[in-house]
Amino acid sequence: MNRSYIAPHIASLPKSGIRDFFELVNTMEGVISLGIGEPDFVTPWTIRESAIYSYEKGNTHYTSNLGTLSLRKAICGYLSDLYGIRYVPEKECIVTVGVSEALDLAVRALVSPGDEVIYHEPCYVSYSPEVRMAHGVPVAVPTRVENSFALDPADLEKAVTEKTKVLLLNFPCNPTGAVLNEEQSAKIAEIAVKHDLVVISDQIYSELTYEGAPNSIASYPGMKERTLFLSGFSKGYAMTGFRVGYACGPAEIIDAMMKIHQYSIMCVSVNAQHAACEALKNGRQDMEMMRREYLRRRNVIVKAFNDMGLPCLNPQGAFYAFPRIDSTGMSSLKFAKRLLLEKKVAVVPGTAFGECGEGFVRCSYATSMEGITTAMEKIRDFLDSLKK
Amino acid sequence: MTKEEIRREILRILGEDGRLTSSQIAERLAVDVQEVAETVAELEKKNVIIGYSAIFNESELPESKVKAVIEVKVRPEREGGFDKIARRLSRFPQVSSLYLMSGGFDLLLEIKGATLQEVAEFVSSKLASMDGVLSTSTHFLLKKYKEAGKLMEEEEQDERLKITP
Ligand SMILES: Cc1ncc(COP(=O)(O)O)c(C=O)c1O
Repeated sequence: MNRSYIAPHIASLPKSGIRDFFELVNTMEGVISLGIGEPDFVTPWTIRESAIYSYEKGNTHYTSNLGTLSLRKAICGYLSDLYGIRYVPEKECIVTVGVSEALDLAVRALVSPGDEVIYHEPCYVSYSPEVRMAHGVPVAVPTRVENSFALDPADLEKAVTEKTKVLLLNFPCNPTGAVLNEEQSAKIAEIAVKHDLVVISDQIYSELTYEGAPNSIASYPGMKERTLFLSGFSKGYAMTGFRVGYACGPAEIIDAMMKIHQYSIMCVSVNAQHAACEALKNGRQDMEMMRREYLRRRNVIVKAFNDMGLPCLNPQGAFYAFPRIDSTGMSSLKFAKRLLLEKKVAVVPGTAFGECGEGFVRCSYATSMEGITTAMEKIRDFLDSLKK
Repeated sequence: MTKEEIRREILRILGEDGRLTSSQIAERLAVDVQEVAETVAELEKKNVIIGYSAIFNESELPESKVKAVIEVKVRPEREGGFDKIARRLSRFPQVSSLYLMSGGFDLLLEIKGATLQEVAEFVSSKLASMDGVLSTSTHFLLKKYKEAGKLMEEEEQDERLKITP
C-alpha cells in the first residue's frame, strides 16, 4: 500500500489530544470518575416499561423516515409548552439518532465547501469535526470566564465574514454550564438576522436549566425561520443508550435533512421512538426529580471547589462544573493526569473542549452525591500535597 | 428560593435520607445552615415531620416477623364519625399504620407480630370484639418487594463508560 486510501479531509481530522488520557482512565481500576458526560440515573421505569411493551405488541417495523407521527406530535407539543415555539409535526420536525445525527444532518444539509461555521469554545468535541467532514470551515469564537462563558455578541460580530453561513450555539453549554441571558440572546439574534445566518441551536441540556425556565434563541424576533432547534432525550430523560433526538425548524431545511437521513439511516429504532413518546407523555415528573438532584449536587460541588481555592462559577445548566485550576501552576492535562494517577479521580482537561479551555477542568456531577463528596476530599488532599 | 420552596426541598431531601444533617442539607440547597435548622425544628414542632426511622427488612426482628393488613368495617359514631374508634385502635403498638379508606370498607390497619397466632389473637380478642367493629378481613403478607419508595432488592447497575465527552 503505497498511497493512503483515506480521504484527505478525514485523514486530516485532528485526533483529539486527550485520547491517550481517555485510554489511561479506561484501563485503571477503582477510579472515581467525574469525567462522564451522561446521566448516572437509569432511564425512568415508565419509559423502560413502555419500551418492553412495544416489543410485546410486535412493533418491529420501519417507521416513517421523519419518525412516527405520534412522536413528532408529542415533540412539537412539548416545545410549544416549554418555549412557546410552534412547529408543524408533519413537516417541521424530524426524529434522529440522538442530537449527534441531527447535528450531522444539519451541517451536511447547510454547509457547502468553504462555508464558514461559527461556534463558541470551549465546546462539545463534535462540532469542529462535523463541520470539516462537510468540507466547511470551523471558526471558533472563544468564550471567557469573565462573561461566565456566555458568547459575547461583540466577539461574534467580529468573527462574521461574508463566508459565514451558520452559527452553532450550545446553551446550556457542555463543558461550562453557561447559558445566555435575555440581552445576550437578543443581541446574538440581531446579528444572525443582520448577516442572514442560519442558527443551529443544540439544546440537549435545556431541561437541565437551574435558574428560571429554559429558553431558546428560536423564540426571538426573526429567528424561528432561520433556527434549527436540536434536542433529544439523552440528558433530561436519562436515555443516552436509546439514541433518540430531533430537529425542528423551517420545512425546507428539515426536508433537506430528511433526504440525507432517508438514504443513510432510514429511521430511528421504532422501539426507541415508543420509549421517547412515553418520556414526553409520562416522564416529566421523573425528569423533574433528576433535575432537582443535579441541582443539589451542583450546589455541593461548586461550594467544595470554591472552598478549596479552585474558583468555580455556578453553572446555570447541564451537569458540569468547570473549576479553574491554573493556580496550581499545572496545565489542565497535567493536573488531570496527576490527579488520576495519585488520587484515582478522573476529570476531563478543559483543553479537550478547545484551546481556551486551558486552565480549567470539567467535572461532571452526573455522579452520586457520595461519589462527589469522596472525589472532593481526594482533590482537597491532592491540592494539599502540592503545597508540601 | 422562597421559604416555601426551601420547606418543600427539605421535606423531599429528608424523605429520601433522614440522616442528613442540617449543614449537609444547607449545602445541597445553597442556603444558610441556620435557616435549615430552624425550618426543620418548625416542621418537627408542627408534626409535619413525625419521626425518623430506618427502612429495613422487618422480618430480621423476631417481634415483627409476621405482617398483615386488615380491612375493617366499623359503625361510625354520631359524634366524631370514625375518629374515635380509629384513635382507639391506633394506640395498640401492634398497629403500625392505620388509614380511613373510601370504598368497600372503612379502616385499613397494618399489624406486626411475632407469629401468625399472635396476630390472629390480636384480631379476635382486641379488634373484632371491639364495640363498633362490624367485620374484619385479614390478609397476611407473604413477601415484600418495595417499602417506602425503596426496592428491597437493588437493581443491577449497568456499567457506564469511565470517561466520555
Ligand atoms: C453538547 C452536546 N451535544 C450533543 C450531544 C450528543 O447527544 P446525543 O446522545 O443526543 O447524540 C452531547 C453528548 O454528550 C452533548 O454534550
